[in-house]
Amino acid sequence: MARLSRDNLALAQEILARYPRPKSALIPLLHLAQEQDGWLTEDAMEHLAELVGVTPAEVLGTASFYEMFKRRPVGTYVINVCTDIACSLVGGDELLEHAEETLGVRDGGTTADGMFTLQGVQCIAACTEAPCLQANYRYAHRVSHDEFDQLVDDLRAGRKDAEIPRHGVLARVRQTIPAERAAGAIVPEGQSEPAWLAAAESDAS
Amino acid sequence: MSDTPPVDDATPAPDATPRELPRVVTSRWGLDDSHTLERYEATGGYQALRSVLDKAPQAVVDEVKAASLLGRGGAGFPAGVKWGFCPPGVWPRYLVVNGDESEPGTYKDRILMERDPHQLIEGVLIACYAVGCAQAFLYVRGEMALAQERIAAALNEAYAAGYVGKNILGSDFSVDVVLHWGAGAYIVGEETALIESLEGNRGMPRLKPPYFPAAQGLYLKPTIVNNVETLSNLPWILTNGADAFSALGAESSRGTRLFAVSGHVAEPGVFEVEFGTTTYRDLIYEHAGGIRDGNELKCFIPGGASAPWFFEEHLDLPLETGAVGKAGSMMGSGAIVVMDHTTDAVKACWKVVKFFAHESCGKCTPCREGTDWLEKILERILHGHGRPEDLDLLLDVCDNISPGLAWPPRQTTICPLGPSAVSPVNSAIVRFRDEFEAYIARAEPPAVATVGGPVPVDIRVGASS
Ligand SMILES: Cc1cc2nc3c(=O)[nH]c(=O)nc-3n(C[C@H](O)[C@H](O)[C@H](O)COP(=O)(O)O)c2cc1C
Ligand code: SF4
Repeated sequence: MARLSRDNLALAQEILARYPRPKSALIPLLHLAQEQDGWLTEDAMEHLAELVGVTPAEVLGTASFYEMFKRRPVGTYVINVCTDIACSLVGGDELLEHAEETLGVRDGGTTADGMFTLQGVQCIAACTEAPCLQANYRYAHRVSHDEFDQLVDDLRAGRKDAEIPRHGVLARVRQTIPAERAAGAIVPEGQSEPAWLAAAESDAS
Repeated sequence: MSDTPPVDDATPAPDATPRELPRVVTSRWGLDDSHTLERYEATGGYQALRSVLDKAPQAVVDEVKAASLLGRGGAGFPAGVKWGFCPPGVWPRYLVVNGDESEPGTYKDRILMERDPHQLIEGVLIACYAVGCAQAFLYVRGEMALAQERIAAALNEAYAAGYVGKNILGSDFSVDVVLHWGAGAYIVGEETALIESLEGNRGMPRLKPPYFPAAQGLYLKPTIVNNVETLSNLPWILTNGADAFSALGAESSRGTRLFAVSGHVAEPGVFEVEFGTTTYRDLIYEHAGGIRDGNELKCFIPGGASAPWFFEEHLDLPLETGAVGKAGSMMGSGAIVVMDHTTDAVKACWKVVKFFAHESCGKCTPCREGTDWLEKILERILHGHGRPEDLDLLLDVCDNISPGLAWPPRQTTICPLGPSAVSPVNSAIVRFRDEFEAYIARAEPPAVATVGGPVPVDIRVGASS
């Protein structure tokens, strides 16, 4: 199970239809594949290559540029502790060290039970709420060491399941464009002036 | 620990003629349901779109030009002027919204997307109508899951209500707004890299010229790239008029603007203040409560990690593009990072450089190699292996990336990321040279002769191995 499932394939087709050119859908589709398997498998990338009409190497070329795409399995929860300038001024580095002790892994490591992957990361846009972290891209602000330990306990015990989905699930609300409301993807070729501009110009003249 | 950002009621700075400062982009931040269509409509939402549909598109462009709305993404280019750069008669035109916010210290677009997604969507629609963009892509940074959920939900509501899609509000204006997710790469915030990424490629910048997006952007068609905050201003401007907007602020910097004040301040926060007149002192000492623990200010980054640092003597500068530029820095992305006297300048400099070294896309040599070497030399100094000649070496590498270390930077690179790494090094060495020298004086002699021990990398210019 690593090519897209039947349901995900349908979703992929829906996403593809929104873009003027299929390759533009590649990053959203890579997220979809990662959501399905928790990480990005080679089989999934091959499937995506077929869907967008490029070679598997091109899919890998794109995927490997972006930090969120994990090309080997990671923990159920990826914990990103910010150690960038604003956070490091008020304890970001110490928070990462504490996290390493609590989880018993170094920056970049995954716990033996496969629950947590720990990463020291760069700015995550919560600078006034430093030190901060993300658990599967859900924020925690102004995190004390005790609060970190509590978060780990809660995640282990499943007490955060409603707020923090497993790794790979990014946004739980998706855009859906109802067919009868869609203006449609605008391909770059063969277009003329849009109707409302043309109408305004003929009014003016 | 909470996952809701704080709201600051951005009280207007004391002013010779006190007046109520309108909240142009933050008016709904205090409301629990600020992200819903119901609340948005109940607080005047989508009225600007309705009024715009009765005007000629060119009249809308003129209004935005008259407001002198500057881009809020970093470069500060006037939005109305940029819109006019699309070559006539070339179709289609696209709109790409830059929601990739990742410059260290910058925190405003995420709140705008999470708290008031409809305001942004209305701004997108106004821009598309005015410029004649037939499709819009809202590129949201991948790591911002809540923002993506809020925008998706808002778009779904807006489609159902007839505000987005085919024949908007019964008019001949039709446009799809597509929510697009990024996947983690700072450089994708640069507009041509954003376009590459939206084409499904590695997010590497294109050379300008010829690839100015307004002329040759997405699929090499005319493309307007605007920042989230820039577009979020449009509903207010079209509702209240360009005059009301440009009555705020001074010189080239009109309206209000969001600033995030972080680091060693008593009350860090995101504040909407009057642009052009408020000073750095107002922001740091009034809004953000001054330096923490009664400490002394050492320096501050006045506009995101790319900006040269400011000091005590710059506190009374107004937040005005011209004034800040003349003083040798920029307001960039509205990110102010404050450092008090306990800060290690060498470490702070290394942190910022490390960011750029990590985020360099690798397309051009001065940036790819230069930022990497800057990081390594700084790391060597920090770890007690610095050499007396290292400071000159650092400045020499800087000069290779950005000749003459001028401001604004002259670049040898494809995009401005390379020169961004030069700013902190130059600032820190000029002002805090003694701290670097103290590290170097304490350094252990190079361990080149010891067998088996770690050998610091030798990169002295001209050294043969
Ligand atoms: C390295 C680099 C990173 C950038 N990151 C962002 C960003 O995250 N968000 C943003 O809006 N603009 C960013 N910009 C500026 C964009 O290139 C572009 O100028 C801006 O999105 C235009 O929108 P505006 O005119 O509304 O400000 C970045 C520029 C550079 C050189
Ligand atoms: S300056 Fe750096 S980030 Fe920009 S194109 Fe060159 S290598 Fe890439």
